[in-house]
Formats: sequence, C-alpha cells, structure tokens
Amino acid sequence: MSETRETAGLFPVGKYDAEGKLLSGLPHSAEIGMRIHLSHDGVAVLSVPYDARLVGDPESGVLHGGVVTALLDTACGSAVMSKLSPKGPVATLDLRIDYMRPATPGATVTARAECYRLTRNIGFARAVAYHDDPESPIASAAGAFIHGQRASE
Amino acid sequence: MNDRLEAAARLEDARDAALAALGEAVPYHRFLGVGFERLGDELTARLEYSERLVGNPILPALHGGVTGAFLEIAAITQLAWDRVWEIMQKGGPEAEAVARGEFRQWPKPVDISIDYLRSGRPRDTYARAHVVKKGRRVANVRVEAWQEERARPIAALHGHFLMPGA
Repeated sequence: MSETRETAGLFPVGKYDAEGKLLSGLPHSAEIGMRIHLSHDGVAVLSVPYDARLVGDPESGVLHGGVVTALLDTACGSAVMSKLSPKGPVATLDLRIDYMRPATPGATVTARAECYRLTRNIGFARAVAYHDDPESPIASAAGAFIHGQRASE
Repeated sequence: MNDRLEAAARLEDARDAALAALGEAVPYHRFLGVGFERLGDELTARLEYSERLVGNPILPALHGGVTGAFLEIAAITQLAWDRVWEIMQKGGPEAEAVARGEFRQWPKPVDISIDYLRSGRPRDTYARAHVVKKGRRVANVRVEAWQEERARPIAALHGHFLMPGA
C-alpha cells in the first residue's frame, strides 16, 4: 500500500500503489473517479477511468476534451503542490493544452506532471496525458500556478 | 401575412428544438449540468452550480478543470451551432435531420489556452464564445466565462478547433 500518508492541503502527498488513491478531498475529482498514483517532489501521476457519462462525441464514444483538461489541470496542480514546503494551496493562473489525438474509448487516461521550476510565488508545470505509453501522448499541457496565501484570492 | 408569421414561428421552434438536441446529445454536457440559451443566433452557455463541481471545498471554489471544460464546451458548441444554423437556413432534408437532433459534425480541439482570472464561486456560470476566424480547416475561437457580473470574467479561453470534414 502507500509508503507515506501525510495529508497536506487538499492533495495527499506520497506514493501509492498502482490502483492509486481516490482524490476524495476534491469533490469534482472524486466524482469523475480521478486517482492519484504518485505525488512527490514535484512529480505527480494521476488517472481517470473511462466513463460513459464523460463522453463528448456520442457517435464514437470518445471522452470529452474537457475531461482531459480537468485531469491535466489537477495533475499539474498536484505536481506544484508536492514541491512546496511548507505545503499550501495552489491556484491555476493559466493552462495551455495541445490535443494530439483522441482518447481511445474504454481506456483509462493517465497524466504525468512535473513542476520544473518553483519560484517564491509561482510554480511552472508541464504534463502529458496518455493511455499506456507517455511517448504516444493524447495531449500535453503547460501551466503556471500561484501558490501561498495569494492562491486563495 | 399570417402564413409568413406562422412560418417564422415554425422556424424559431425548429431552431429551439435543434439547439436543445445539440446540447443534450453529449453525455458530458448532462454530467456537468451545461445548457444553452439563445437570442436569435447568439448563444450563451450556462453551467448550473452543483457541489459535484467543486475543486476546493474550503473556499469553496469551482474545480479549475470544470471551468476549463465549460469554456471548451462553449467554444465547441458555438462552432457546432453555427453549422446547424447554416444547415437550417438552407432547408431541405439535412435541415430536417438536424432539427431531429441528428448532428455528427462536432469540431475537435487542436489546442486551447485558458486564463484563470478569478476563482469560480459556488453559483451558476455563463459563457459566450466569439469565433474570431473560421477557416476551411481550422477555427480560432475566444470564450469568456462570468458569474454574476459580465464585466468580471472568471476565466477566458482561446483556442483552435479542427472543423469536421477537413
């Protein structure tokens, strides 16, 4: 099971098994079954299982791009949060997403995010969303996140 | 004269039906609680507040991903609605199919950029999209979302969308 289980802010910090831990602290993330597999030292791995309620194209059964957006936003925010010491809230300033290909109907979407630079006020993060192979991405993201007290304004 | 009035009323009803069908066809719209209202050809998307949409329960604030998804829905549906409008102006069997809710030409996002301006409060959110440029293959769209005051947007999106059949 999990190695560490300190809960700081809204995100659980630590490493989890392959099943991951349901993001129960964030109601919307829990609602779409979002799981956190890793959130440690600026790297976060999260996933969303396929769910027919989240389909954007009824013809093909492909998940709506918005689901991938929500996953990438949460993954980048988690990565930034995992690098903060002491832990505190983060808020998205902006997020840019490139959609490379549609998600495959029926398959879980995973996102791996990295906070590659942390300044006094801002965390910079990038992420990729994929099924099994990060080298074959569904989408990629880059974003800036404000942290500390100002994040809750 | 009466015939003309009746024809105009029928067209308005058909447009309302087509818009309702367009919105309801997408499972994710229903899941989030997104609906659409129109005045003439102008569309406003509405995201009905629910606790399920919260990202930060302490503030509480809407999940940033929900706000982003809502902006994306507003952009895609605006482009789809423009297409539906064109089809209905032309009339014929394609227009009848669209009025029955048979629409398969959804645009796909290529890239989007979202600016978060204010935290989303626990109340209804609205969004309006503006198609800056519609090319043969790609459309450039800007969207703004607000809550109580139109002049105080909570988030904005700009992005490119691949037009169907391109």
